[in-house]
Amino acid sequence: MKYTTVINNQCIPISQIPENSYDAFFELNVGFITDSSERHCVNYFGYPVSGNIKLICCIANDQSHDIHISSCLVKPTDILTSMSSKIFCFEKFEREIHENFGILFKGHPWLKPVRYGHDRADTLQTIANYPFYAIQSEELHEVGVGPIHAGVIEPGHFRFICNGEQILHLEIQLGYQHRGIESLFLRKKKLSERVQIAESIAGDNVVGHTLAFAAVWESLCGFRAPEELDFSRTIALELERIAIHTGDLSAACTDVAYQLGSAVFGRLRTPIINFLQEWCGNRLAKGLIRPGCNQYPFTSFLAFRLKEVLDAFEPDFDEVRRELFKMPSALSRFERTGTVTLADTLSIGSVGIAARASGLSRDIRSSHPHALFKGLKHAPIIKHHGDVYSRLQIRKQEVPQSINYLRELMHRIPECNNDKEPLGSPEPDSFAISLVEGWRGEICHCAVTDTQGELVMYKVKDPSFHNWMALAMAVRNNEISDFPICNKSFNLSYCGHDL
Amino acid sequence: MLEHIKTLYHQGRQFIPDVTVAKAPGIFRGRPVINNAKVNESDLVNICPLNAISANPVRLDLGKCSFCGECAKQFPEKINFTTDYKIAANERESLIIKEGDDAQVTINPIKVRKEIHHLFRRSLKLRQVSAGGDNSCEWELNAANNVQFDMSRFGIEFVASPRHADGIVITGPITKNMAEPLQICYDATPDPKIIVLVGTDAISGGIFADSPAIDRSFLDKYYIDLYIPGNPAHPLTIINGLLDLTRKMK
Ligand code: SF4
Repeated sequence: MKYTTVINNQCIPISQIPENSYDAFFELNVGFITDSSERHCVNYFGYPVSGNIKLICCIANDQSHDIHISSCLVKPTDILTSMSSKIFCFEKFEREIHENFGILFKGHPWLKPVRYGHDRADTLQTIANYPFYAIQSEELHEVGVGPIHAGVIEPGHFRFICNGEQILHLEIQLGYQHRGIESLFLRKKKLSERVQIAESIAGDNVVGHTLAFAAVWESLCGFRAPEELDFSRTIALELERIAIHTGDLSAACTDVAYQLGSAVFGRLRTPIINFLQEWCGNRLAKGLIRPGCNQYPFTSFLAFRLKEVLDAFEPDFDEVRRELFKMPSALSRFERTGTVTLADTLSIGSVGIAARASGLSRDIRSSHPHALFKGLKHAPIIKHHGDVYSRLQIRKQEVPQSINYLRELMHRIPECNNDKEPLGSPEPDSFAISLVEGWRGEICHCAVTDTQGELVMYKVKDPSFHNWMALAMAVRNNEISDFPICNKSFNLSYCGHDL
Repeated sequence: MLEHIKTLYHQGRQFIPDVTVAKAPGIFRGRPVINNAKVNESDLVNICPLNAISANPVRLDLGKCSFCGECAKQFPEKINFTTDYKIAANERESLIIKEGDDAQVTINPIKVRKEIHHLFRRSLKLRQVSAGGDNSCEWELNAANNVQFDMSRFGIEFVASPRHADGIVITGPITKNMAEPLQICYDATPDPKIIVLVGTDAISGGIFADSPAIDRSFLDKYYIDLYIPGNPAHPLTIINGLLDLTRKMK
């Protein structure tokens, strides 16, 4: 049982990751997670290596602030013992490996397709024939929703099994948004193309994903981001968090028919994203982050403008959030709705808001700090009920927290340095990993290069990859009419999942 | 109750009175202008990650451009992005900006189908289909109807079912997995109906144009009534595009 330990944004020679027999690999990674809530699987994937499949598993340890990486070489025809049969959180990773390469996992609860990728092993399986669970009973009925939904949102299919108004079971089937992101990272050779792919992984989480890509690329190239770069990226990440959290609170108000809250939170998002446009020309920060260079330096004039924007934002945000969270008709919809227990959260391996709302402290900003988060000494906001209310409370409190960080950072705007270190090109035969706490939760990008320094593997994991299962658990035994508010309280990404 | 009125009062007036003349704040990248300066054209063509620029004479295709601003940054003497957000067009060729041409991108009313002016002038109900969209254009379509942009004041709204709609708005490069649902949705929309493409991904496939996971054959079958470029398209681009399509007369 061998593994190597790295820290966030570290690049190592691929040969440094020890190769185990599958049995040892199994024991090791199951052992890491068993009875230790401080460890969780941030990424587990395979990629082809001369006819075989190399499996790499990355387990983050939030207490020792490092990541344990181990590997194993298997054949596509192998039948392996499923790690999910012991620890459920490997469930989707194993399904993905099965879908991509055909490897069978013995004892897996349900080896169903994840996203019907264009490069899947079994192209006879098509998205129109997904094998849904069914329960035979005169009393039960099924409700199918999607892939196209009533609102202006992305596609995905939800299949409910209900007893009257009550949801017994929800199965979420995704894949409609699959655009071939991971294979495009390998096919497109220019850095300028790759960074635009990263920006398109999830358009509502541009900063998070582009930052993860930039960090992976820079560590492959041995480039250390100067302070001014880290500064811009920290600011952008927190601005994105403020904007989306505010928008999510608006959406929650819409779903409980609180018009004023919906309108006020909705309009409060605008000055924040308009500030991003002032800074970089795009309301969603597309174009802002580029590996190795500071496209749009944060000037003292921008700092002055940001202060103005925040000064105007804060009192209005405070006023409406106070009202929302003391209004009985809203609270009765939020409280005890869509509950996920701590035990379920741990077993699913949830991250981000979904984990923190159920009492699990998972926040990369404090456990594996990147950019300037070390200096900010971030203390995650934790709630304990695991319901819609807790997930909204987290947003309500993270917005002022992020504003405080921005205000703190404004005191020390770094000088823009003109003689820049060149970015260089990626090291050959290397592996790099980057973790970023986006507004939804932990984003993880991994890359492997070949002997020429060309990418041979690029793996993207959006927090939604873990958290869709949490939504399915949350709605059990709830009224089907509460599904929209449960769904909004998670606000998960379809395209980030489908890639 | 009183507190609600107080909150309402504190908001002041939020809506943009005239969305046809509002200013886009900051360094917004709208319609580019290409001047006649001499540059190394092949370098310029190569710099664009989306193959949106072609040489001799230099042209820039807004249907392919992701508005990353790289070309203007490297060749400031040649390309300049203005804050003009009215860049929607009903003819694909109108999205191609030519060297030395500073004319606005406009809707050509002669090419607008008669029934659009006839039936949708005062009320246009749209069904949105995200077919691999990254949720940025979807975001801005939602924003087009928030209290600031308030598109519904013009009778333009998004509806929940294709059966209630006068047309569909497509975002995203159209993934293989969404090709069939998109077709079903289109077929379920009653005639006459329009098709609007929003965002670079929808218009040309964008960065996904040559991805093996997309299937754009749907677009070959039908006439496209409106192209709204952007990455994502700005709410003002969206609203002005739809208004010009339905209301601008010969
Ligand atoms: S702004 Fe458009 S044309 Fe210019 S480089 Fe970017 S994608 Fe190409």
